[in-house]
Formats: sequence, C-alpha cells, structure tokens
Amino acid sequence: MLNLHLVIPEILLAVSASLLLGFGVSKTKNRAPIVRLAAIVILLVYAVLGYALGSQDGEAFKGALVADSFARYIKFFIGVAAAAGLLLAGNYLEREKLDHYEFSVLTLYAVLGMSIMVASNNLLSLYIGVEMQSLALYIMAAFNRDSLRASEAGLKYFVLGALSSGLLLYGISLIYGFTGTLNFEQIAISINETGLTLGVVGGLVFLLCGLAFKISAAPFHMWTPDVYEGSPTPVTGFFAAAPKFAAIALIARLVMGPFGDITDQWQQVIIVLAAMSMFIGAIGALRQTNIKRLMAYSSIANMGFALVPLAAGTVAGIRGMLVFMTIYIITVIGIFACILQMRIRDGMVEKIGDLSGIAKTNRGMAIAMTIFMLSLMGIPPLLGFFGKLFAFLPAVQADLIWLVVLALIASVIGAFYYLRIIKTMWFDESEHEFIVPVRALSLTSAISAFLLIGLVLVPFIAKSGQNWIAIAASSLS
Amino acid sequence: MFNNVPILSMITFLPLIVALGLMLISRISKGDAREQLNKNAPMVALIVSCVVLLLSALLVWQFDPSSAAFQFEERVDWLGGGIEYHLGVDGISVLFVLLTAFLTPLCILASQKSIKKNMLDYMVAFLVLETLMIGVFCSLDLILFYLFFEAVLIPMFLIIGIWGGKDRVYASYKFFLYTLLGSVLMLAAILWIYFYSGQELGAATTDITRLHDLDIPASAQTWLWLAFFASFAVKMPMWPVHTWLPDAHVQAPTAGSVILAGILLKMGGYGFLRFSLPMFPDASIKYTPLIFGLSVIAIIYTSLVAYRQKDIKKLIAYSSVAHMGFVTMGIFAVNMQGLQGAIFQMLSHGLISGALFFGVGVIYDRMHTREIDFYGGLVKRMPVYAVFMMLFTMANVGLPGTSGFVGEILTMVGVYKVNPWVAAGAALGMILSAVYALHLYREVIFGEPTNEKLDNIEDMNKTEIMVLAPLALFVIILGVYPSLVTDVTAASVENLISNFNAATLDIVSGQGS
Repeated sequence: MLNLHLVIPEILLAVSASLLLGFGVSKTKNRAPIVRLAAIVILLVYAVLGYALGSQDGEAFKGALVADSFARYIKFFIGVAAAAGLLLAGNYLEREKLDHYEFSVLTLYAVLGMSIMVASNNLLSLYIGVEMQSLALYIMAAFNRDSLRASEAGLKYFVLGALSSGLLLYGISLIYGFTGTLNFEQIAISINETGLTLGVVGGLVFLLCGLAFKISAAPFHMWTPDVYEGSPTPVTGFFAAAPKFAAIALIARLVMGPFGDITDQWQQVIIVLAAMSMFIGAIGALRQTNIKRLMAYSSIANMGFALVPLAAGTVAGIRGMLVFMTIYIITVIGIFACILQMRIRDGMVEKIGDLSGIAKTNRGMAIAMTIFMLSLMGIPPLLGFFGKLFAFLPAVQADLIWLVVLALIASVIGAFYYLRIIKTMWFDESEHEFIVPVRALSLTSAISAFLLIGLVLVPFIAKSGQNWIAIAASSLS
Repeated sequence: MFNNVPILSMITFLPLIVALGLMLISRISKGDAREQLNKNAPMVALIVSCVVLLLSALLVWQFDPSSAAFQFEERVDWLGGGIEYHLGVDGISVLFVLLTAFLTPLCILASQKSIKKNMLDYMVAFLVLETLMIGVFCSLDLILFYLFFEAVLIPMFLIIGIWGGKDRVYASYKFFLYTLLGSVLMLAAILWIYFYSGQELGAATTDITRLHDLDIPASAQTWLWLAFFASFAVKMPMWPVHTWLPDAHVQAPTAGSVILAGILLKMGGYGFLRFSLPMFPDASIKYTPLIFGLSVIAIIYTSLVAYRQKDIKKLIAYSSVAHMGFVTMGIFAVNMQGLQGAIFQMLSHGLISGALFFGVGVIYDRMHTREIDFYGGLVKRMPVYAVFMMLFTMANVGLPGTSGFVGEILTMVGVYKVNPWVAAGAALGMILSAVYALHLYREVIFGEPTNEKLDNIEDMNKTEIMVLAPLALFVIILGVYPSLVTDVTAASVENLISNFNAATLDIVSGQGS
C-alpha cells in the first residue's frame, strides 16, 4: 500500500523544493528574495498540512513511513521553526552578500529530511531521513564559503557527521542481521519472540550513539561549539531549533517503538547521555565569551534535560520531552532573533561584552533577552520553568529522582552564565549602540518573549496546549 | 462582604497589572511623554500600593479569627493533573499579607528621593515584587507557591544589581545563586510529593490542604524535610548559610534592604510553619535538635559578629540573622508560646528592621556613607531622628513596651518548656543584642560631633517622618497590646499544634502495637 495521501506534506516539500531549484537556476537575475518568500509560505503550509488534511493516521510506502499525531506535532514545530529561521536569515544574508536562492532550497531539503526522520517507521527510511537532513545542513554550515571559519565549521561538521552516520549504519546492519527485518513493528515482534540477542543490544547502542551526535549530547558534542560559532548566525539559529527536535523525536520513536519492551537495555544509555550533557554543557559554558559558543553549550545542557524524561521510558516521559522541547525551540528562535540584532555600523558582533548596557540603548531587546535567559534558567513564572517541571516529573515517577536532582543542580550552575548575560545587559555601562534592526527580527523576538510569559498565566490555554501534546505523546505507546 | 469577589487575586495581581501597564505605556510613548511618565511613576505606584494596603486591611477586618480554616478561598483548575490555582489565607498568613502591603507603600515613599536613575523601572520592579510576595503568602498549592517563591528572585536581583552600591554585581549574584540552589532542592521534593500523592490519595495533587492528609513514611520525610529545609534555611537565613544576607543588604538600595529584611526573610519562617511542620512532623521532631543548635549559634555568633561591624547596614543585617534565630527556635518548640512568639517575632522584626534600614537610608542619603566611624553626635544636629532611632534601637534590643520584647519573650518561654538550655543560650543572645545595638546608637547618635562634615546635616524632612512614624506607632501598639496579633493567629496555631501532636502520636502508638 502506497497510501500517498498520508505523505502529502513530504511530497509538497520535495516537489516545491525541486521546482524552486529549477526556478532559481533558470534566470541569472537574483531570485533569492522571491524564493525565500515562497519557501516560507511552503514551510508554513507544510506545518499545518497534516492537521488540515484531517489528521489521518496510517502507514505509507508499505510501512516505511508512518503518519500519526506524534509526527504531525513535531512537523508542525519543525515547519514553523524553519520558516522563522528563513525569515530571520533574510536581512543577514543580504547584508553579508550571501543572498543566494540555494539557501532557501537547502532549508526545504533539510526540513524534508527531518520530516522523513520523524515519520520513519523503518530503519532504512530513518537513515535516508538523517542523511538528507545532514547533507543539507553541512552545506548550510559552510554557506559563507569565503569565510575560513565557516568552511572549517562545515568541514568539521561533515567529518564528524559522517562518522556518526557510520555508527548509525553499523547499528542498523547489526539489528537487521539479528532480527531479519528493518520494520519497527517487526523488530519489536522479533525481539519478543526470539529474546534479546547481543547483536540487537549492540546495534541499539550504535544507533543511539549515532543519533546522540545529531542532538549533540555529550560525549558526542565536540562539534557543536565550533560549528555554532563558525556558521553564519542564521544557520546556527536554524541548527539549534528544528534539527534538534527532529533528532530527539526520532530517538523517542526508536526507544518507544521497536525497543519499547527492553527499556532496561537503553535506559542506562539515555541516563548517561543526559547526565553528561547537563554537566558538560553547564560547566563548558561558564568560560565562553562568544554568545554563539555559549548557546552551543547551552544547547548541549538543554538536550541533557530533554533526555531526562525520555529516560523514564513512559508515555508521560514522551509528553514531558515534547513540552520541554517545544518551549526550548520557542526560546531559541527568540534568542537568535536577538543575536541577529547585535549589529553595529561595522558589521555583526558576537561577544557577550558587546551586549553591555543595551538596557539603556536597546530597551526592547534587553527585556526580551532577559526573558529568554530567565526562561532557560527555569525561573518561574516563565515558560521554561514549566518545561522543566513537566520534563522532570515523569523521571520522578520512574524512580529516577537522583537524576532529577542532578539536573536541577546542573541548572543552577547554568544559571550562572545566563545571569552573566542579564548582568551585562542591565548592570554594565554601554559601549556601543546597535543599529536599528529590521522589523522581522524585533517582531520575532517580541513574539517568542511574549509566548514565554503570557501563556501559562491563562488556565485554559495551559490545559488545551497540554491536551494537544498528550495526544501526540500517546500515539507512541 | 467578599463572598463573590476574588479579593485575594485582586490584592495579589493589582500591582502586577499596573506594573505591566506602566511598562507598556513607557514602551509606546516617546520623548516628553516618557519623561513625564518617569516623573509620575512613583505617584502611580504609591496610589496602587495604598489601594492594596486598603484592600488588605479590609481583608484582615473581614477575617474570622475564631476559625482555623482557610478563608477567602479561590480555586480554579490551572495546569491540570491536580495542579490548581488555589488561594486562601488563614491566621498564620493573613497578617503577612498585611505586613507586605504595609511596607511596600513606605518603600515607594522612601525611594522617591534616593533613586536617581530609571525611576519607572524601579517602581515596576517594586510593584512586581509586591505581587510575588503577597502571592507567596496566599497560595495554597505547592507549585503555585514555588512559582511565587522563586520568581521573587528576579525583581530582587535587578533591584540589587541596577540600583545597588559599589559591589552590587557580586552581591546580586550571590543572592541569586544561593537562594536558587536552596530552592531547586525543594522543587525536587515537591515533584516527589506530587508523584507520591498520586499513589496514596488516588489522584495526584499539589493542594496543600489535601496534602496534609498525606501520610508520608518517616524515612522519606527525612529527605523531604531536608530538601525543604535547604530552601527555607537559605531564605531565612540560618547560620551557616546566611553569608549572602550581609552582602545583599549592604549593596541593596534602602528600600531593597527593607523588603529583604521585612518580607523576604519571613518567607523562610512561613515555609517552616506551612510545610515542614504539618507535612513532615516526624522529621521535624527528629531534626529539632539541629534547628535548636543552629538557632542558638546564630543568635550568639551573629550577635558577636554584628558588634564588630564597621558598616551600619551590615550590623543590622547580622542582627537580623540573630533575630531570625529566635523565630526558628520558637517554631520548632511546637507549642503555643513558641509558635505564637515566632509569628509575632517575624511581624515585629519586619517592622523594626524595616524601620532601622529606613533610618540608615536617611543619613546615607545625606552623607553617602554608612561608616559607623564617620558619624557621631547626631543628636545635636538631628534631634527628631535621634528620637526615632532610639525607639527602634530599643525595640531591636527587645525592651518591654516595644513589639520586639513580646516576640523574644514568647519564643523563649516556648523553648524553655522544651529545652531550658536552649532558652538560656537565647537569653545570652538577648544581652549581646543590647551590646551591639547600644554600641551602634552611642557611636552614631551620641558623643561629640567630631566630624565637621556633619555640621550642616539636616534633620528629617516630612517625607521621612511620614515613613518612620507609622512604623513607630505600630512598634509601640504591638508592644503594649500584642493580642492584636495573637488573637488573629491563635486558632490556626492551635490547629497546627493539635494536628502535629496527633500525627506524631500516631507514629508512637503505631510502633507500640
């Protein structure tokens, strides 16, 4: 059964990306702004398409891809995050003379890859999705090809990414060899029938390691700071949001689906990844002076937090992870919208010190950035606190309270460097004024800041949002 | 009167709404209009906080002191899964709401002259702070309580950091990280309780009134008690985790110090009363010796440290730690006198320490130094000031006739019933408090005016008298007529004690059978 109607969002992406590619190539005139606008619209349509088409569940391509509410939920946020990323990138690319239409097309292909990742129901489609996404991202990292650091970032990302793909493939081959199938449901059945073999466990560990690269969980995090710093800022912002969500969703689907019955086998791996990420991220960030590097370590730490509920191995855990990641993505988009506003007359600046005293000169941005930092710290009443609350609760229920205590201590360490940004903005004297940002940037940061303060205060929004997430999470059980 | 009006929500959120409104208008307005707004912000804030004070006074007026139950309850489903928006006050908390509402307008009044920059932001921060503080005392849901309890850090961090003294950055960091570390452990405990209530009560809940029925095994209580203790002990602050307090006090602007000493410190004591005693009675008994030990050390040691301080604010800060020692001691005596005394002491210390910090602010605004050595002979130049400071210094020492006396004597009587030796240690602390307080008064107010810079110092102006006079009034009224407070708290305290005894007796008889 092909069931093509279930993969209409993916088909939309594939077709429109190819059309836009052809359109961009056909004329010598710079078509980048039009292509970008079209891509933003396509991404937004893609985001809601799954819901607009009646939220149908089922399997397509003979079980290779699956459509369920979990996938729809993630696709929604991937689409929105990618659209926001493109919106933010426009002004930057124009100013840095990088405005090629390929950027938007690559974004579309990357999102297509992620879409396949979150919908994959088969180890082969999983691999195709991961590779498709990664190849697009490698090029985007090195998009500023005249910049030494961007090229270095792209190359580093590629080499390490290739290594992780190798691990992934090796894991897949082991699992295929020992279970005789690539399909997720068949794998679960096979494990149930023949019992657990060493090959499957080995394959599982390789798979998790390969995917840990993609979410930059420690100890597979080494590429993150360099790639974050070297890549053009909008690309970094894109990296930090959508691909992380896609990869962690893929991990969730893997551990709950084919390996759902052998929780005790993968639980320790997830716990180790979570604990190491939290502390390496928190401690590594302490001495950073570049705000993009700092965000890299912060993302490592936050991936650690996101893995905590997954370690519980329950539907409540999936729900907690979704709540946490959703809030994290809103925050990250806002932060990068702020970072892109750090422009003085000579060009972009990215030192934390450059933020000094902007509470006087760029009041709106200072308030927004403060909200983001406090939210990342997990201070109530901002949404970040509720993200942590719902993320840690399932872990407590699964008797992992010590992991939660570790996570809370790591978040106190993390509070130190988030506070430093707030301190720089509010307590220090200003060095220079940023030039007035374009509307899109300030508006995006304002919207996400508003989302972080406004939502929880209204009881019924809190509940309906949770219901939406609960439905998405329950489809994995 | 308030049957259909969500009075607690109104009191809690009115300042926040006005603060957000002020911020929004200032973002929209430009140039002259913004200047104008900046100038009028203190007036707006003052009016709003007075309205809140009026409403809280009405609240206490309508409060039925004969009932131990929570009154003016409001309950709305909030996050789902048993986490509710649940407000209510009983005899223990209602007076703290009033204290907060009482101190805030005074702080705003006192700040009008002394704050030089970003007046509007300062007022916004104070109004937000008022909302959060009142929220802490009103919330009857653990998660809601934690939300307010921790959110207080944000405005306080900014107040110390933006409008503070020379080492404000260090002080604000220390304040923030210390208290954050304490409270995240409490969060872990709250998560565990939430999860456990789901197992035991059938439906998970964070409702405090329902959690009191929860029977937590003694072994788990030990850990939970310690986690809550970590948070409250830092807030309180108890020796040896008090070191953030002197730094924060010294660097904070006057009104910041007042709120810090007057309200924020009380959150720790309130937490012990509201959570540690009712929910973990067995662990509370187990750790009583620890609390007594730390309290006596705090009372004696910090009194000695206070005596050696060169900075007036630091001296008062250390004396706060000592006075909070009486509070913890009284709470864990768990008898009528101890608990009543602890609550009384918290309220009275809120007034006295607030007044003392205002008093320091008065001379700091004129001379821009807080060195004890700098001053001397102020009685000749500032007679009115000397009278006020005399009253508050005596109240700080605990002279009969002032509110300071009632709190200290009640807690000591309460503790004496349980452990005379601890009471004896505390009594020694009382003597020491006279030593440092009188020392401060002699050095600053009496003596010959040797420093010629002080020749032209002016006495208190109308605004300053308006700030200190109500405080003086209440310090004396409560000193001669303490039933004003104790009558309100009695029923709730009695209820707390009887529940506590019942819970601990249960265990004893359970072991016997």
